[in-house]
Amino acid sequence: MDEGLKSELSKQGVVATNLQELYNWGRRNSIWPLNFGLACCAIEMIASTMARYDMARFGAEVFRPSPRQADLMIVAGTITKKMAPQVVRLYNQMPEPKYVISMGACAISGGPFKQGYNVLKGIDRYIPVDIYIPGCPPRPEALIDALMALQRKIDAQQLTGDSRPRHLNADEPSEFTVPKFGAHDLEPPQNPVVWHAPLVQIALAEDDDSGTA
Amino acid sequence: MTTLAEAPPKSTLSPSASNGDTQLLEVSMGPQHPSTHGVFRMDVSLDGETVVKLKPIFGYLHRNHEKIAENETYLGSMPYTDRLDYFCSITNNWAYALSVETLAGIVVPERAEYLRVITAELTRLQNHTCLAGFLMQDMGASGTPLMYAFREREKILDLFESLTGARMMCNYMRFGGCRVDLPAGWLEQAKTVVAAFPKFLDEFEALLNGNEILMARTQGVGVLSKELAINAGVTGPMLRASGVNYDLRKVDKYGIYDRFQFRIPLGDHGDVYDRYMIRVLEMRESVKILEQAMRDLPEGLIQDPKTKVRNFKPKPGEAYGRIESPKGELGFYLVSDGTPRPYRFRVRPPSLINLTILEDMCLGRNVADVVIILGSVDIVMGEVDR
Amino acid sequence: MTLEPLKLELEEKVPGCGLEIISNPSPSAQHSLLIDPEHAVAVAMYLRDAAHLRFDYCSNVTGIDWPAPNDAGKAKLKDMEEDLEQDEADCATAGYLEVVYHLYSMEKKHGPVILRMRTCDRGLRVHLPSLVSVWRSADFQEREIFDLFGVIFDGHPDLRRILMWDEYTDHPMRRDYVEPDDYEYEPTAHDEVLRKTMNHYAK
Repeated sequence: MDEGLKSELSKQGVVATNLQELYNWGRRNSIWPLNFGLACCAIEMIASTMARYDMARFGAEVFRPSPRQADLMIVAGTITKKMAPQVVRLYNQMPEPKYVISMGACAISGGPFKQGYNVLKGIDRYIPVDIYIPGCPPRPEALIDALMALQRKIDAQQLTGDSRPRHLNADEPSEFTVPKFGAHDLEPPQNPVVWHAPLVQIALAEDDDSGTA
Repeated sequence: MTTLAEAPPKSTLSPSASNGDTQLLEVSMGPQHPSTHGVFRMDVSLDGETVVKLKPIFGYLHRNHEKIAENETYLGSMPYTDRLDYFCSITNNWAYALSVETLAGIVVPERAEYLRVITAELTRLQNHTCLAGFLMQDMGASGTPLMYAFREREKILDLFESLTGARMMCNYMRFGGCRVDLPAGWLEQAKTVVAAFPKFLDEFEALLNGNEILMARTQGVGVLSKELAINAGVTGPMLRASGVNYDLRKVDKYGIYDRFQFRIPLGDHGDVYDRYMIRVLEMRESVKILEQAMRDLPEGLIQDPKTKVRNFKPKPGEAYGRIESPKGELGFYLVSDGTPRPYRFRVRPPSLINLTILEDMCLGRNVADVVIILGSVDIVMGEVDR
Repeated sequence: MTLEPLKLELEEKVPGCGLEIISNPSPSAQHSLLIDPEHAVAVAMYLRDAAHLRFDYCSNVTGIDWPAPNDAGKAKLKDMEEDLEQDEADCATAGYLEVVYHLYSMEKKHGPVILRMRTCDRGLRVHLPSLVSVWRSADFQEREIFDLFGVIFDGHPDLRRILMWDEYTDHPMRRDYVEPDDYEYEPTAHDEVLRKTMNHYAK
């Protein structure tokens, strides 16, 4: 239907829609996040559900303690190598459709703790991530912005065709390999199905002594 | 409790089950668990509902603060201290700054000392309110007390934000002073927040103190004796709830705490209820300290001009500095070898050491009590695991 | 608290204990007592129970790694692992692990008294007595030192890894620890991280 006619009709109190729009409208306005915090960012995640920021305005206040009931995993904080298998396992336990917000510098790349021997350098090494929020920690407004970005992403998903989302495609995987504890590091150190290092040009000038602090 | 038709193998029997009627249940609470605070895990053995064994498992947030700090300059470690106990970044900054000042013999200007007390006591207020809110949440009072607590916390975070630029990770202190002076109008705003705080406490206490469910769930639960608390190195409000008068603000009198009139609340049962009440009373004392400090705040420098904050290179030696953080004794132990990086950087985490006696407090209690007892310890995983 | 009278008193009360005052040249002037491992528990018990001392509170337990200053020490360490019967004199050149205890008194409100203990080397002879029987607060902290430094505390009731997982074999807080090379990518590479990333691709 033509957009102009649709908006004319809505002024008269007649709502015209199709199944895809209705389906996505319902899903985007009732995202249930997993009640799951890792570190500092989790406090800002809690703050964003509390009185002042009130994430309930966007339909995402029902934090579920069980992954079986959740649609969205907010990876809020530093993922250590000891914790990474559990994070992947929780993700695997969530039913499709499921989404991941990687909240804060640590969840994106290890952040300030990147040089730690027990710190995973980004959760996207093991599970696919939909939205990244930079910040250390990101403010509650940033988390709400990420939630709205996710809502736009859900809104744009097609129910049919080649670009349909993963949960409507039986051939796409819904679970990912859980890493194992090794003698020196996790095994494997990243999941090549999900992540491979982007090609980057790295250069350091001869007399650059920034690395020596 | 189920009666078994057939006797199970001996190895799965609890001591009390030698009569052959119960079987031990092993439950791993955490690391993802709605009621634990962060990624804390307890391996609990249950005989029916009763806890017979509880082993805490750490390390799910071990992010190598100490190792990173050994490869970082002295100043470069300051932002990392924010992220130890991420509720109380300013008191963490202070403990670290105090250790470095002890190591290098730095004197802090008077105004900076006052600013430290003001910001640290504000930190204590917001930590204790949130702890009370989370404790109620753990008890099943879903929402309301925690909402109230976070409403007050936001007011204090606004003050931090206008002073330091960040809500949570303030990175405010420097060796020999503070990073920035108060912006215009800050003191008046802070006075308004502090003046309104006792009203919030009245409201909070009216809501909770006489509550029958609260009393039934907390009184006589998780009792910690004085002797055990001392021997296990428990510090902070937990220690004082067991009746030991040991507050570093009075014992060490670090900074300028000897100039203020305030009292140390002490409990006499050492149960969860006492630990909750101690925190409420401490907030009232913090308000008193804040009123005095904001009244007496002098003009002057906020940073010792002789201290080179950048390229800071202390002489070889070592120092242990400690302060009374909202969780307990937070200490930093630094070993310098004369280079710009510490040779050894050690954090003495109050949250971790306060957990030493968790099993003793939980044995024989119901599994539902474990959650409340853990809530009353007031842990933050960033500090427990570092 | 001045250490000389305390040292004399301890030598009298715990016969045969070897004590040495390690002076601290920094302005903090927190000097410490080096105690020999055999008498550590007796010394600790005395410090805790003597009526005028009452160091009932062990605040902080730290591990420190002091590797041998040069490569000669490393070679020596290798020799020693083959032949454990070498005499004590060789230990000094092989580096050592040190454990530091900060003691305070909650009853008398004084302190700190700082105790140090040293292992014989960094290889196989890394046993020290556990002080958990004296102060329970040392429990998790000694486990942490076992985990991160590899000091084995004899008499500890539950000596397991505390921060790293059980399958882990390294001791990451040691100075010669080599971290796993997973610096494939960093969105904003700078400083040390940039160097490590370049090293990763140079291999």
